[in-house]
Amino acid sequence: MAADARPVVLDMEQISISFPGVDALKSVDFRTETGVSHALVGANGAGKSTLMKVLAGAYAHYSGRILMDGREVRIRSPREAKSLGIEAVYQEVDTALVPSLSVAENIMLDLMVNDMGCRQLVRWRNLHEQARRILEQLHVSLDTRAPVSRFSLAEKQMVLIARALSKECRFLILDEPTAPLSTAETGELFSVIRAILQRNIGVIFISHRLPEVTGICSRVTVLRDGLRVDERRIQDLDTGRIVEMMLGRRFEENFPKRRVPIGDTVLRISGLSDESKVRDVELHARAGEIVGIAGLVGAGKSELCKALFGASRVSCREASIHGRPYRFRDPHAAVRQGVGLVPEERRREGILVGESVAVNLTAASLSDFSGALGFLRFGSEKKTVREMIKRLDIRTPSENQKVGFLSGGNQQKVSVGKWLIANAEVYVFDEPTKGVDVGAKKDIFELIGSLAEAGKAIIYASCEFAEILGITDRVYVLYDGRIVKELETSNSTEEELLFYATGGT
Amino acid sequence: MAALRPRKLDVFGFLYRWGTIITIGLLILFFGVVTKSFLSPGNLINILRSISIVTVIAIGVSLSLSVGGFDLSVGSVASLADAVVISLFIWYGRGTVVSIVVAVAVCLVVGGFNAFLIVRVRIPDMLATLATMFIFQGVAMTYTNGGSITANMMMPDGSTAAGKLTGAFSAIGQVPAIILIMIVVVIVVQIYLSSTKHGRYMYVVGGNMEAARLSGIPLGRYRTAAYLISSAFAALGGIMLASRIGSSQVNAGSAYLMDAVAAAYIGFSLGGSGKPNAVGTFIGAVLIGILQNGLVMVSVPYYAMDIIKGAVLALALALTYIRKK
Repeated sequence: MAADARPVVLDMEQISISFPGVDALKSVDFRTETGVSHALVGANGAGKSTLMKVLAGAYAHYSGRILMDGREVRIRSPREAKSLGIEAVYQEVDTALVPSLSVAENIMLDLMVNDMGCRQLVRWRNLHEQARRILEQLHVSLDTRAPVSRFSLAEKQMVLIARALSKECRFLILDEPTAPLSTAETGELFSVIRAILQRNIGVIFISHRLPEVTGICSRVTVLRDGLRVDERRIQDLDTGRIVEMMLGRRFEENFPKRRVPIGDTVLRISGLSDESKVRDVELHARAGEIVGIAGLVGAGKSELCKALFGASRVSCREASIHGRPYRFRDPHAAVRQGVGLVPEERRREGILVGESVAVNLTAASLSDFSGALGFLRFGSEKKTVREMIKRLDIRTPSENQKVGFLSGGNQQKVSVGKWLIANAEVYVFDEPTKGVDVGAKKDIFELIGSLAEAGKAIIYASCEFAEILGITDRVYVLYDGRIVKELETSNSTEEELLFYATGGT
Repeated sequence: MAALRPRKLDVFGFLYRWGTIITIGLLILFFGVVTKSFLSPGNLINILRSISIVTVIAIGVSLSLSVGGFDLSVGSVASLADAVVISLFIWYGRGTVVSIVVAVAVCLVVGGFNAFLIVRVRIPDMLATLATMFIFQGVAMTYTNGGSITANMMMPDGSTAAGKLTGAFSAIGQVPAIILIMIVVVIVVQIYLSSTKHGRYMYVVGGNMEAARLSGIPLGRYRTAAYLISSAFAALGGIMLASRIGSSQVNAGSAYLMDAVAAAYIGFSLGGSGKPNAVGTFIGAVLIGILQNGLVMVSVPYYAMDIIKGAVLALALALTYIRKK
C-alpha cells in the first residue's frame, strides 16, 4: 500500500462550479499533501462539501485543474477519483453500507465489486483475513463476521474508513465525521486518523467543531461563500480567528442571554417512561424558563423529547400543562394541548423538502389559515409567512421556494418557524443547532430567547454542553434514559455537566 | 460549456412543464392533417366522452398518490360498482337513487378495507391494494355468478329478470351528462387539493409522513380519507360505465386501471407541479384519449394500441424521475 515516505502533493487550481441559481465555488485553490491532516472549514453553504465532492469525482461539470505532484490528472467521475487513491467517507454512513452483509464484506465491497474480474467464487477466508488486517492497522477490533446492522454509528464509520483503506488510498476525505459521535467515540476516531496519517495518507477533514479541528489537523483552509479565504498552519490561528474568517466579521462566542422573569410552572411531568430508553423521568418547566436536557449521544435525549410530544408509546404517572392534565396520545393531541417539537433529524422529521417555505411554515397551524369548509385563506397565510421569513431572517428568494433548495441553517429556521406560527405553550427543541452554521446558530438562540420573553416554557435538549450553559436557566442531566442530576445553570460548569452525563455520581 | 448549461436546463424544464400540452397540440395537428374527420366536432366530443370514465377513476388514483400511497384496486372497485348497480336495477328492480347509493356504499367499504390494511396493518400500499384488487375482482365475479347482467336475462329459477334501467340512470352515460360529470369532478378535486386545508394536508402527508406526524397532523385520518375518496371515484367511474353500456360485463372495470394510472402519472408534470393534481390528470387522460382515437383513424390495429400507451407512460415517468435526480 501507500508506504513510500515521499509526500504526494495534491493541487486543486481555480475550481469553479455552479448549479442552477448559485455559483457554489468561485475559482477556489486548495493544496494539501499526503501524511498531513488538513481541515476544511466554513459556514454552511461556503462550499466545503462541494469542493470535496469535486475532488471525489461526484461532479463532472466544474472548471479548473487538479494536479498530483505537478501532473494534471482527470477527475470527472468517482471511478477516476478512486483510481487516483482518493476516497471519501460522508456523514450519512448508512447509505454507503449494506446492513445485512458482514463487516468483512462491507469493508471489501469495492474490491469484491470491481476487482474480482472473471473469478466467480469468493475466497471467504482471504476476505476475512484481509478485512481483519485493515482493521488491525487502524487499531480497531470488530467481529468481521457480524452483520453491520448490529453496530453503532461510530463503528459503522470505522467500517467505511476501513473500506476506503482497502485499496491504495492516498487522500481520505472525512465529511463531518464527528457530528453524530460521542466524546469517547470522537477520541477513538482521532486515534484512527493518527494511525492513517502515519501511513503517508492525507486526510481532509470537514468539520463545524473548531476545537476538534485544532486538535487533529495541522493545516486549515477556510472557505466563505464559495471563495477561499485563507490557508494557514493551525498553530498560527486560534478558534476565534478561524470563526472570524468564516464569518468575515468578528464573532464573539457569547450567547444572547436575556434576563426574563420566571413565572408559574407550565409543564409538570412525573414518572414518564417509554418502551425503549426513557425511565421514570420527572421534570418541570416554568413560564419564561429555558430548561436544558444535557446528555451525550445515546443518553436518550431524542427519545425523551419524542415521549414529551406523545410521538412514542409512553406511560406517565402524572402530567399537566398550566394545571390542566396533559394527555399523551399522539403528536396531534400534543399540538392541541400546546406542545411543539423541533425534531433532531431535520430532513427526515422536521421539513418537507419538496414543498415551499410557505407550506412548511404553516403545516402545524393550517386551521388558523382556513375558513368556511376548510378553504385556505391564502392572503393571510402569505402575510404571516412573509413576516416569519423576515423575523427569522430566512434566506430564500420567496415564500414559494422549495425548502429542499435552502441551506441547512435556513431549513432549521423553517422547522422552528413552523412552531412559532403554531403558537405553542411548551416548546421542545431537540439538538436545534446540529449541522447549522455559526450565524444561523446565533439567530436560533435569539429566537429561543424571545420565546422565553413571551412567557413560553422551553425545553432544550443538546449534547453541546457549552450551548446548554450559554442559554438555559436550569439543566437536567440525562444518563442512560434517566435524569441523574438537576443543576442551576449559573452555578454549573461544562466539566460538571460532563461528569454527570458520563455516569458520575 | 458553463454558459450553455443553464439554457439547456431551461429547455428541459420547459419541456417538463409543458411537454404534455405540446404533445397534445402536435398530435391534434398531425391527426387533423392526415385524417378528414379527426377535427370534426362530433369526433372531439367523442374523445371527451371516451376519456370521462378514465379521468374520474384516474382522479381517485391521484388522490391516493397525493398522500404518498397508491391504489391498484380501482379497476376492481369499478367492476364491483358496475355489477352492484346493474344488479340492483335488473335483479331487484330498485330505483335510481337507491341503486347508486348502495353501489357507492359497497365500494366505500372496500376503500375502508384498503385503508385498514395499509394504515392499521401497515402493509405497503401497492401490495395491499394488489391483494384487494384480486379479492374484489373475485367478489364482483362471484356476485354475478361469473357472468354478465343484462336486461331480460334468464334467472337461475328459469324466470326472466323483471327490472329495467331507469331513464335517469341511462342518461348518466350519455353526452352531455357523462362529460359534465367529468368536468365537475376535475374542477372540484382541483380546488379541493389546491385551496383547502384538507387538500394541503394530503400533500404534506405525501411529502414527508414523519414530518407530517411530528407537525401534529393526524396521519391515519388523512390516509384513510384518501383511500375512501379513491374508492368513491372508482365507484363513480363504475356507475358511469354501467350506464354507458347498459349492462354489467365481467371485469369491465379492470381495463381502466392502467389507463388511469398512466393519466395520473402523466399529470404529475403539468405546469411543473411535480405532484399529483386533478387538471394534470385530466390532461393526461386527454393525451391518452387523443392517441387512442387518432391511431384508430390512421388504422393502427387496436391490439397494437397498448404498445403506444405503454411507451407514453414510460416517457411521462422518465420525465418525472429524471427530474427527481
